[in-house]
Amino acid sequence: MAEISIPKVELKGVKKRFGAKVVLDGLDLTLGRGESLVVIGGSGTGKSVMIKCVLGILKPDAGQVFVDGKEVTHLRGRARDEMLKKFSMLFQGAALFDSLTVWENVAFGLIQGRGMGRARARDIAVEKLAKVGLGAEVAQLSPAELSGGMQKRVGLARAIAADPEIIFFDEPTTGLDPIMADVINDLIVDTVRDVGCSALSITHDMVSARKISNRIAMLYRGKIIWQGPTADIDHTGNPYVDQFIHGRAEGPIKMEVRK
Amino acid sequence: MNVFAHIGRVFLKFLEETGRLAVFTLDAVTDTIRPPVYWSLILRQMMRIGYFSLPVVGLTAFFTGGVLALQIYNGASRYGAETFVPVVVLVGITRELGPVIAGLMVAGRVAAAIAAEIGTMRVTEQIDALTTLATNPVKYLVVPRLVAAVISMPILVAIADSIGVFGGYVASTQALGFNGPIYLNNTMNGVTYDDVSSGLIKAAVFGFIIALMGCYNGFHSKGGAQGVGAATTNAVVSASILVLAANYILTSVIFSHG
Repeated sequence: MAEISIPKVELKGVKKRFGAKVVLDGLDLTLGRGESLVVIGGSGTGKSVMIKCVLGILKPDAGQVFVDGKEVTHLRGRARDEMLKKFSMLFQGAALFDSLTVWENVAFGLIQGRGMGRARARDIAVEKLAKVGLGAEVAQLSPAELSGGMQKRVGLARAIAADPEIIFFDEPTTGLDPIMADVINDLIVDTVRDVGCSALSITHDMVSARKISNRIAMLYRGKIIWQGPTADIDHTGNPYVDQFIHGRAEGPIKMEVRK
Repeated sequence: MNVFAHIGRVFLKFLEETGRLAVFTLDAVTDTIRPPVYWSLILRQMMRIGYFSLPVVGLTAFFTGGVLALQIYNGASRYGAETFVPVVVLVGITRELGPVIAGLMVAGRVAAAIAAEIGTMRVTEQIDALTTLATNPVKYLVVPRLVAAVISMPILVAIADSIGVFGGYVASTQALGFNGPIYLNNTMNGVTYDDVSSGLIKAAVFGFIIALMGCYNGFHSKGGAQGVGAATTNAVVSASILVLAANYILTSVIFSHG
């Protein structure tokens, strides 16, 4: 039973600054097992930096990151490679490798990361593409031949290809039309349920946040200022959250304009 | 006051950059030794770095060898020393001009291409994507290019040496009235092991420098198209300068014992 109480990912007092600009200022956040958590917040509030600190792409200046109860903040080499195998990520711009075909992209983590044979990896890739609603005829194309929505779907197929335990979604609906955004939202909900993984998403699209999450946290000035179940988001009593979810220019959050 | 602050900033920036390059180089070298080795990627990079550089390196070597013969003849004939033309062309090409010309040409061609490709991958988050797919970006992107360049450059320079000497032969026999067989005979009698090997050692070092500068600048490019453009320029400029500086150092080290 103790297993269940250990969160998948935990950040404790994580701080990160670039030069004089403090981006994360003692961030505390936990992602539970099988949970879908969405972190909302304005542009430039450090949402992407938070994810990169978990993955070790950026090293926090202070604080700790735990994955499955083990500290991973300063892991290097092989131990870090092993830790990263639990993760996958859907990038904002899909970040597909343009020198490879669609199926090679989807199978990349299987072939390079896990040493699977190409023929078998290809079968799995086609199967994952079908899961995101793409036919086998797409597999041979190059990513540049696809529309933005299709690239996102291929990115999603790549993210779920190696059956990760934790998936990060970075602005999954940004730059898509409302219908395609909803399709992607549905796919995220379905795949997270099917794969049975934990999901951490960052977004400023409230429609998407409500749909894909069962818990929401709001990041402001490098700290979590509110978190709670998605159902409570409309009556938080927190003026910052209220201003954000209703998209008002007036309120306690002032847009930082350079003088 | 302001001037000192500026100098201090530039100096700190220089130290920071040097440190970052040292860490990057160390990472790349240790990752080269650690398995797995991506053989197919190394082969593909050898094609791009070595094979596709052959035409431009061959042509420059040919003309350089030719013009070298013309100028040496011009100087040597003042002392009636025309018979030394073949051996001086040989020494000039194998020890200096072969590796340096090939190094500069490959710096322009390859360092730019590497920096642009890796830089674009950086700004479109493809390098972060590699990390999330359990693949070490340094191992996957940098190591194959480094290994391929270190292997390809000596081969490229060996070919450039032959073509350069041939260029000298063509100019000497066609424009200066040298006897073909005698010219070749003088060349073959004059060649020493050190002439060729020193040039090939230089070539391997230049290959390392060129690939490293391309990868390093691409890896640390930021911003969008403009950042990638800056990275490409920096890669070519730094690779060219370092090739010339390394050439001087290597020459003084290799030939210091006579």
